[in-house]
Amino acid sequence: MTRSPVALLAALAALLLVLPLFAGSYALSVATLILYFAYTGQAWNVMTGFAGQLSLGHSLYVGVGAYAAGALFYHYGIGPWAGLWIAILLCVLMGLIIGFLAFRFGISGVYFALLTIAFAEFTRIGFDHLDWLGGPGGMFLKVAQRDQIDLANFRGPPVMYYYTMLAFAGGALALCAWLLRSRAGYYWRAIREDEEAARSLGINAFRWKMLAVAISSAMTAVSGVFFAFYYNNLFPEQIFSINRSIELILGPVIGGLGTLFGPILGAAVLTLLSDGLTDLLAALGWEIPGIKQVFYGVVLLLVVMFLPNGIWPALAKRLGIREAEDR
Amino acid sequence: MGTPLLEVSGIDKSFRGLQAVARVSFSVEPGHIVALIGPNGAGKTTCFNMIAGTLAPDAGEVRFAGQRIDGLRADRICAAGIGRTFQLVKPFGGLSVLDNVTVGALNREANVPSARRRALGILERLGLADKRRQPAASLTLPDRKRLEVARALATEPRLLLLDEVMAGLRPTETDQMIGFFRKLNEETGLTILLIEHVMRAVMALSREIHVLHHGELIASGSPEEIARHPAVLASYLGEEAL
Repeated sequence: MTRSPVALLAALAALLLVLPLFAGSYALSVATLILYFAYTGQAWNVMTGFAGQLSLGHSLYVGVGAYAAGALFYHYGIGPWAGLWIAILLCVLMGLIIGFLAFRFGISGVYFALLTIAFAEFTRIGFDHLDWLGGPGGMFLKVAQRDQIDLANFRGPPVMYYYTMLAFAGGALALCAWLLRSRAGYYWRAIREDEEAARSLGINAFRWKMLAVAISSAMTAVSGVFFAFYYNNLFPEQIFSINRSIELILGPVIGGLGTLFGPILGAAVLTLLSDGLTDLLAALGWEIPGIKQVFYGVVLLLVVMFLPNGIWPALAKRLGIREAEDR
Repeated sequence: MGTPLLEVSGIDKSFRGLQAVARVSFSVEPGHIVALIGPNGAGKTTCFNMIAGTLAPDAGEVRFAGQRIDGLRADRICAAGIGRTFQLVKPFGGLSVLDNVTVGALNREANVPSARRRALGILERLGLADKRRQPAASLTLPDRKRLEVARALATEPRLLLLDEVMAGLRPTETDQMIGFFRKLNEETGLTILLIEHVMRAVMALSREIHVLHHGELIASGSPEEIARHPAVLASYLGEEAL
């Protein structure tokens, strides 16, 4: 029996829409974090899961997006909805430069991944020396009153951030579902599976890979802008760190690379489990630094060993849900 | 004979000093089925790769329908109307059989639904329609060979390059393939250039045969002429092959 994922999705959407009515502020912040990782994972998935170009440097786009919108707000009082476009523009430009260097000169696989890490790393070092952006001391956005919603400047109570992230995550899912069923989705997956065969079928691999990078970096720029206005402090050491890049790809990898629900499921599983673990350890009175990383490692190991395609494909099979259109 | 659809003139290719193909010239008339044969390492696949845009020739020209195509990218050559299969099959393993062929069909179709419809039609003709939902990675080798053909045909080529699509097939499967290509050629006038070791298929299908040996063209002619050609018998077929 095959079921459409639509019913499941409608139930999930309804649940998430009413969640703030009964969730406490802690639960709401966890839910916001899940949506943030679901969205960012979806963005990364376009480039790596769909088009097969392994990026281990997506913290670059989070960081550039965050700093672009943050700096415009900090220095000129320009709100994030205008800053967003500058952030997207800069990130797409960075993505296209990396993509051009790699795809034009035939850099692929692990070498491409190394290139993405290198760009994130030297951007981090560069930002450490940009005093205009606060340098290593960081940049701090003014936190206004938290009880009134000021959507124009994206200042307000946690519930505003929750619903914004919910809208972004929903929008990203819809966009990715549409992309996957379009010509781009077919071409990207063909390139991912075998680039030479894809070329022989008339696909201009360079152009379609560049498109994947552009869309992925544009989407990730939005994550960065949200990050800047949610946390209100930005440090190059943190935001551009490779740990950030790894953290944001774990969701889609564990959930199911190249699938639509994998990034969402992976983000939920990892965030809930790691926060649950932190709570449990706190309740027991154990303070163990780095336990979150150890935990991530163990979960990753278990998933790779027992569910090499991720949790979602296995779960979808059991539930009788098909993501791809099929006749 | 009219103007050839494909005209290969004096193409050369060396790999690190090893001459793989040397001054090879031949042409393929529209509507004909032509075979390229020869022992392993004779340069057949290298010739294919130079026609299909995977490799650029060091010298010489390739013309398709009068236009020079040597050195063009593979995707441009596909768009020009040449479809190819790979000797070492290259299915999109994680994609369903139907999706594999849909990718090819998108080369000509304006949208995904019409591409899927045409892909399904091609799968039906090749007897793969029942397996359309399977991941291509789960197919057996003969089915993978069929999938290669289906995918190449979906791009609507005017010239189809087949690189050993009969290899590894059982005799009955080979006969089915021969029947399929003969029918395809009769009904649509599709021009086919094939590399093949299965001599039964070569003899049954081809109107002309070109023989490569050590990168050079040593003989060209009808199947009857080739079967009696002394140089071909000595280098490839053997005295008692046929």
